[in-house]
Amino acid sequence: MHPILGTVLQRILLGVVTLFFVSLIIFSAIEFLPGDFTQAVLGQAATEETVAAFRKELGLDQPAPVRYMEWIQAVMSGDLGTSFSGRNASGIDRSRSVVDLIEPRLWNTLFLAAMAAIVAVPLALFLGITAALYRNSVYDRVVNASTLTTISFPEFFVAYILILFMSQLWFDFPAIASVNAETPFWERVYKCILPALTMTLVIVAHMMRMTRAAIINLLASPYIEMARLKGISKSQVILRHALPNAWAPIATVIAFNLAYLVVGVVVVEVVFVYPGIGQLMVNSVTTRDIPVVQACALIFAATYIILNLIADIIGIVTNPRLLHPR
Amino acid sequence: MSQSNAYSATAEVGQLRERRSRWETIKLELRKAPISAWFGFIVIGCYLFVALFSPLLAPHGEAEIFKTPFAPWDAKHILGTDQIGRDVFSRLIYGATNTIGIALATTLLSFLIGGGLGLAAAITGGWLDQLLSRFVDVLMAIPSLIFALMLLTIFGSSIFSLICIIAVLDSTRVFRLTRSVAINVTVMDYVEAAKLRGEKLGWIMRREILPNIMPPLIAEFGLRFSFVFLTIAALSFLGLGIQPPTADWGSMVRDNASMIQFAKYDITAAMTPMIPAAAIALLTVAVNFVVDWFLHKTSGLNDEH
Amino acid sequence: MMSTDNNDTKNTDSTDENGQKGDILLEMRDVHIDGFSDEKWHHIVKGVDLTLRRGEVMGLIGESGAGKSTLGLAAMGFAQPGCKIVSGTIKFDGMELTKASENEKRALWGSRIAYVAQSAAASFNPAHRLIDQTVESTVNSGIRSLEEAQADARTLYASLQLPDAENIGDRYPHQVSGGQLQRMMTAMAMSSRPDLIIFDEPTTALDVTTQVEVLVAMRDIVERFNTAAIYITHDLAVVAQMADFIKVLRYGNEVEEAETRQMLTSPKEEYTKSLWSVRALTKPEETSDDVVIEIKNVDAAYGGSVKVLHDINIKLPRGRTVAVVGESGSGKSTTARVITGLLPPMTGEVLFNGEVLPKALKDRSKDQLQRIQMIYQMADTAMNPRHTIAEIIGRPLEFYHDLSGKAKQDRILELLHLIELDQTFYDRIPSELSGGQKQRVCIARALAAEPDVIICDEVTSALDQIVQEGILQLLLRLQRELGISYLFITHDIATVQAISDEIVVMYQGAVVEQGLKSEIMSPPYPEYTQLLLKSVPEMDPDWLTNLVDDRL
Repeated sequence: MHPILGTVLQRILLGVVTLFFVSLIIFSAIEFLPGDFTQAVLGQAATEETVAAFRKELGLDQPAPVRYMEWIQAVMSGDLGTSFSGRNASGIDRSRSVVDLIEPRLWNTLFLAAMAAIVAVPLALFLGITAALYRNSVYDRVVNASTLTTISFPEFFVAYILILFMSQLWFDFPAIASVNAETPFWERVYKCILPALTMTLVIVAHMMRMTRAAIINLLASPYIEMARLKGISKSQVILRHALPNAWAPIATVIAFNLAYLVVGVVVVEVVFVYPGIGQLMVNSVTTRDIPVVQACALIFAATYIILNLIADIIGIVTNPRLLHPR
Repeated sequence: MSQSNAYSATAEVGQLRERRSRWETIKLELRKAPISAWFGFIVIGCYLFVALFSPLLAPHGEAEIFKTPFAPWDAKHILGTDQIGRDVFSRLIYGATNTIGIALATTLLSFLIGGGLGLAAAITGGWLDQLLSRFVDVLMAIPSLIFALMLLTIFGSSIFSLICIIAVLDSTRVFRLTRSVAINVTVMDYVEAAKLRGEKLGWIMRREILPNIMPPLIAEFGLRFSFVFLTIAALSFLGLGIQPPTADWGSMVRDNASMIQFAKYDITAAMTPMIPAAAIALLTVAVNFVVDWFLHKTSGLNDEH
Repeated sequence: MMSTDNNDTKNTDSTDENGQKGDILLEMRDVHIDGFSDEKWHHIVKGVDLTLRRGEVMGLIGESGAGKSTLGLAAMGFAQPGCKIVSGTIKFDGMELTKASENEKRALWGSRIAYVAQSAAASFNPAHRLIDQTVESTVNSGIRSLEEAQADARTLYASLQLPDAENIGDRYPHQVSGGQLQRMMTAMAMSSRPDLIIFDEPTTALDVTTQVEVLVAMRDIVERFNTAAIYITHDLAVVAQMADFIKVLRYGNEVEEAETRQMLTSPKEEYTKSLWSVRALTKPEETSDDVVIEIKNVDAAYGGSVKVLHDINIKLPRGRTVAVVGESGSGKSTTARVITGLLPPMTGEVLFNGEVLPKALKDRSKDQLQRIQMIYQMADTAMNPRHTIAEIIGRPLEFYHDLSGKAKQDRILELLHLIELDQTFYDRIPSELSGGQKQRVCIARALAAEPDVIICDEVTSALDQIVQEGILQLLLRLQRELGISYLFITHDIATVQAISDEIVVMYQGAVVEQGLKSEIMSPPYPEYTQLLLKSVPEMDPDWLTNLVDDRL
């Protein structure tokens, strides 16, 4: 077996362990709820029997480890439980399964994130690399100052500036991104322009700065100076000498920012009333709908962990020291 | 074996640096600071002034309700009134105290937790370091805004729980930074020399390590502050942070967001949500400019030429 | 020997094309170079002239800050980031490099002028095979086709004595040793058969026994192809083996230039003599039966598994100096860690005045700690950059001797005087001091404890020659006046000559031999001691030649 395979497997195992602990933390959320939350969910008028039945349904009569095992088994088979909302004191249960709530919204969110990423990633890499190559030029200073300003803006400020100009004053793009399952593709794209643009602006700023720093760091290596002293042309220095060593830092930058995108989506969805998973989570927090919050948190965390895992693996498989062991 | 005539230790001036007192150095650095850093200092100064003296500066009460909601800009209400008739300008001023105060308290708490544990982990090493580091790894595997949302569901949105939750989540980053810079210092020979002398752990921490990790920690304090400040603003904007009637910039944006649709008819109305949002942005820009300059100074980077 | 013929033909060709041996190849006139640091521009090179003819090797020598590397790079028309060539002319084969465009210079680099850097490990790209990097410029500039260049590279590897010359080029940089990489870089420079090679301290980072092999290989190949070279170093003995003539630089100015033998036998300037001042120091050896520290049968390991010391026995007589010599990885510094208690030994014991010392640092009494002090190689990292000199020297005074106020202040001034510094240093911080001054303060800190023994871990190896001499003189004087015993760890034989009474030779974690200096330095030698002693370059231009003849 190639030693690199071992390193990769080790890293994947570490990811799985992390995911396990994260699921433990998310599961234990329900443990910290005050004892009378069943009452609160069902309303003051709920009878002893309905409360008892609800507690039994949640499995609160069983010890926590047993419940965790059952919960994680259910999650793995795609069952995320049932929402708290829709229940009432009478015991009539109009609640919906969490999967049904999340699924369409998850696709909406992924659509929006993908739209932003398709524009943001290449743009940010281009800006970052060129700024690093023409360091301290006017171009670099302008890009630097404007990205430093952008990362200081709260997402909702960027969003409202865009709404003000792009939807109210100058143009007429939709300020509310109302889509549903039937919305045709291009109409969906049109409605998502402003939220996607908001996220793009925020991500590009972060990503460009990180790319620039990573490239500058790389170009300071002695082997780059050696390549120049060997008379290698500027473009060859970049392509042949810098790039093969740049994959790891660039992958890290991309993964970090895609993860950031996933989180940033929460605020943007609320601003544009976009029916995505972020908005669902915020609503569920307001109504303290624990099963939905848990499910959303699990999805966000898993995305985050997997993205970082991929970046690490790219870093491992492009590392010549690991690729060609002694 | 007499001392060579050509050589004397005190006269070994080839590389002797120019002497400056600390105050002279600070003055010199400030004079050379770029405009962006100066801009940052001035803005931060103004904000702190407003935050400290808000009751004296505000023309009206924080939650005082007037008859007309959505009143236009005039002499009485410089920036008009909001959706239930509160003076926007006054709330903006009170908001400075609340928003900045809460963010500052949270950042301090997070440095207390993260900095203390990070230092302890770096110096003692061994199982304590391993345990804390793995625990922080797991906590950082969950995006902090998402984690905060989950914890707020459980503990509710009081100012106290808000400060604690954000501080604990943010302390993970402080922990990592403190630990890594402190570890770089603990491997230095002067720390080993202190150990060989028989110095106690406390003395080594206080006298040998702390003074040498201050510059990156100060810079990190600025970055953490602006991050915490933005997180709290985002939570308040989502309706899950600072709760009414306390004036706060994030919730002011949320409460008046719908006024933006009147932009075509009355641009001042549309400004009601934009001004508190801009207030947030301006402060973070200022902090970032100062931190950027400070990092540039202390990291010894000289890529000016 | 077909390949050698082939090379010789090529060489003749290029001589025909580009001129005869003895023609002026490089001519630098009144070159000024400025560098930016500490927020202002400084003069690094202040008007140096340099003339190099075809086939000649020039040694460029000087201490840190002399501007020798900057001048070497300027010979290529290159200024490092943060430096600029302010004025002067640099003519390479008739072409004015200060006025040449980037593209014109780039066409020269790697084809007609090549560069060999100090740190080969960092200067090879980790992502490419060595042979690809060796032939890159040669193929790029169209001098040879890829196949030809690769075949030629393998021949070069063989003539540079690299093992498995046929296949070593297929490896990646991290797969070969430091000494091999340095030869590999010489092959890379030679691949295009340049007219000029700049060697920038190419052996400084290597152990002495490795250095010899690299020097032999480099000298032979430069001679064979009749290449002109500038050899930059701070070690006169090394440059004496390589160069036809030597130029000495100090603070950016030329001190003197002379033919190598003349420079060694009759230098004109006082400063040039000081460059080998350490070699002039010798201490008459004395011995003593009164042993202050004894290391008995010590085995030690890091992390409980990797054993690095095997059955170490060392005796340190009172008021004497024992030098511990060996190459990197021989266990010298680990031995020091065992004595100080930083690394408790697995077996064996350390006796101090006949009493067994507790193994671990934490079990030792304040009194025991006070009596054994340590001085480090890097004075920079041995002092807290945020403390003043008074705080640094004063802390042991208050910690061990409960001094405070006026008494402490007086004692600090006394100690400063003892290390030949004055009261103006009292409230300075370390960054305001020069390298030698910093090391003196470290000595004062050790003296403040009033120890019986000071362990000196390579205390002079980071310093310039003239400063080294001062520090060694100081240590000798302190020993005479205060009767301190030194355990002096070093890899430099000249330093050993200067300071020691007895010598311990270490190799791969074991003691090869211990004895009086005169015994160790004269035959019969154990095999390793012989190799080590023979590998130390001497101030004799024929030393390397004789050494090679001996080996054959």
